[in-house]
Amino acid sequence: MPRRLIAPLAALALVALFPMSGATFYVELTTKIMIMAIFALSLDLLVGWTGLVSFGHAAFFGVGAYALALLSPRAEAAGLWSSLGIAILAAAACALVVGIFVLRTRGIYFIMVTLAFAQMFYFVFHDTDVGGGSDGRYVNVKPDATLFGFTPFDLDKPYQVYYLVLAVLVLVFAFLQMVLRSPFGRALQGIRANEQRMRALGFPVTAYKLAAFTLAGALAGLAGYLLAAQSGFVNPEILSWHQSGNVLLMVILGGAGTPFGPIVGAFALTMLHEFFSSITRHWQLFLGGAIVLIVLFMPGGLGHLARRIRRNLFGGARDG
Amino acid sequence: MEFALIQLLNALQYGLLLFLVASGLTLIFGIMGIINLAHGSFYMIGAYMAFTLSSLTGSLAVAMVLGVVLSVVLGLFLEWALFAHLYRRDHLEQVLLTYGLILIFEELRSLIVGNDVHGVTVPPMFGGSIALGDTMTYPVYRLVISAVCVVIALGMYLLIQKTRLGMMIRAGASNREMVGVLGVNVNLVFRLVFALGVALAAFAGMLAAPVSSVYPGMGQQVLIICFVVVVIGGIGSVWGALAASLLIGLVDTFGKVLVPEYAGVAVYVLMAAILLWRPEGLFRRA
Repeated sequence: MPRRLIAPLAALALVALFPMSGATFYVELTTKIMIMAIFALSLDLLVGWTGLVSFGHAAFFGVGAYALALLSPRAEAAGLWSSLGIAILAAAACALVVGIFVLRTRGIYFIMVTLAFAQMFYFVFHDTDVGGGSDGRYVNVKPDATLFGFTPFDLDKPYQVYYLVLAVLVLVFAFLQMVLRSPFGRALQGIRANEQRMRALGFPVTAYKLAAFTLAGALAGLAGYLLAAQSGFVNPEILSWHQSGNVLLMVILGGAGTPFGPIVGAFALTMLHEFFSSITRHWQLFLGGAIVLIVLFMPGGLGHLARRIRRNLFGGARDG
Repeated sequence: MEFALIQLLNALQYGLLLFLVASGLTLIFGIMGIINLAHGSFYMIGAYMAFTLSSLTGSLAVAMVLGVVLSVVLGLFLEWALFAHLYRRDHLEQVLLTYGLILIFEELRSLIVGNDVHGVTVPPMFGGSIALGDTMTYPVYRLVISAVCVVIALGMYLLIQKTRLGMMIRAGASNREMVGVLGVNVNLVFRLVFALGVALAAFAGMLAAPVSSVYPGMGQQVLIICFVVVVIGGIGSVWGALAASLLIGLVDTFGKVLVPEYAGVAVYVLMAAILLWRPEGLFRRA
């Protein structure tokens, strides 16, 4: 077995066995972290692999979450498979439309414009009655996973949700690895490295970027759907710019453009948050301070730090 | 008719205040190539300084003078300690660091002043209202805000177009390396521009405090609108920022009157339209 797979597989085994501990609070927390990891993976397709720093990714996360809330009748369960499909399609459609606008810009502009568009989504849900205004909306009955008379899992049971989310995380990870190794994914990485050259080589660069933006939006919608299904509640904070900043932080902290970086970032940031908020009410001060110090003294995030340590320990062994 | 006039004055006042914040933001973008998410925090800090200093000294005018001095010092310090290390880094790290700064500033605000909404009293000199037509009146202080902003905008015009420092700023915006090679102390120019931007944003916050009151999160609201201003006006263009601020002031104010539910969205729709028409902004420099 290649050496670089040992750590990830060990981590996966640990996460898979974790619910045996019976600590329901931590099982639910870990479920939330894994949902954020899916969200972060989807953003990393843009930030790390295509070189598009989006500060508005929460918009599509929120659309996925709101899709479930709006599709759920007040006192009945929505069908999981149909509502999931609609949620992903809705998020993808929004990302496609937003992408057409934002991809006309680049660099600093792109950061600002994505942020502004996400804010527009925020105001739609915050100011109008579409999704219950600023109070949000409850998903009173969890969606029903019945397929052809067979019910594979029950979303009311936290442990089953845990394994469902874990399975989705593994699938999304594998899917993105596949995408990144495909000619399409290689082209995206080419765009990140040198957009002009890719254009000169005859690649329809804007169409590739738009496809990546749409795909990332769809996956963010999937993550948002899972969040709404787990927590049973949505409000506009789901698509606030704090959420966009938070997930961007996870990606950068873990190391943008590394396979496991976003997942590590999701765990690291949530754990930092839990740690600081357990010792002080003013945890933001320490989190902010930690972020500033990380940028100043540790460029490249935790992923690159891990790589540097590994290189020192194993004498030049590199991971892909 | 008078109603429309009042809204027009409101739009003007809001737009001009936005300009104070956005002009600093666009200068910092254009000249130093830095995206500063914490710029809205300077507006928040200004407003809170107006609140605390005016209740300590008993005078808003004294508070403003003190506040401007303090914010210049803050700007010089931040540039020296943090931003000077960011010039050669990529945008991602700039976003990350300035996001961290927002968290720090918000938490410090909560530690020092708390999370309550506070009002700031209008200086008694400008406390009255003037009559507009037969039935309507308009608060004098809002007119004062607009007038002060116009004076500052004129001052910036003179500074940028007519002084040696302004020449260096303009030159630095178009070609940083060349200006450095010609013997200008670019780092010093950067530091001054950054401090100017901080002071402008903080001053806008101080001016706005009596009208909008001071509350947590006020900085971020302004920040995002200022991003829209910069996108519409074109990065690095102060006049673009002025035009875009006034445009947004109009759209937002009349949006709130005409279609209250969608007023939050109107500004962004305007931005989307401008992006389709001129992706580089209205006044993008070549």
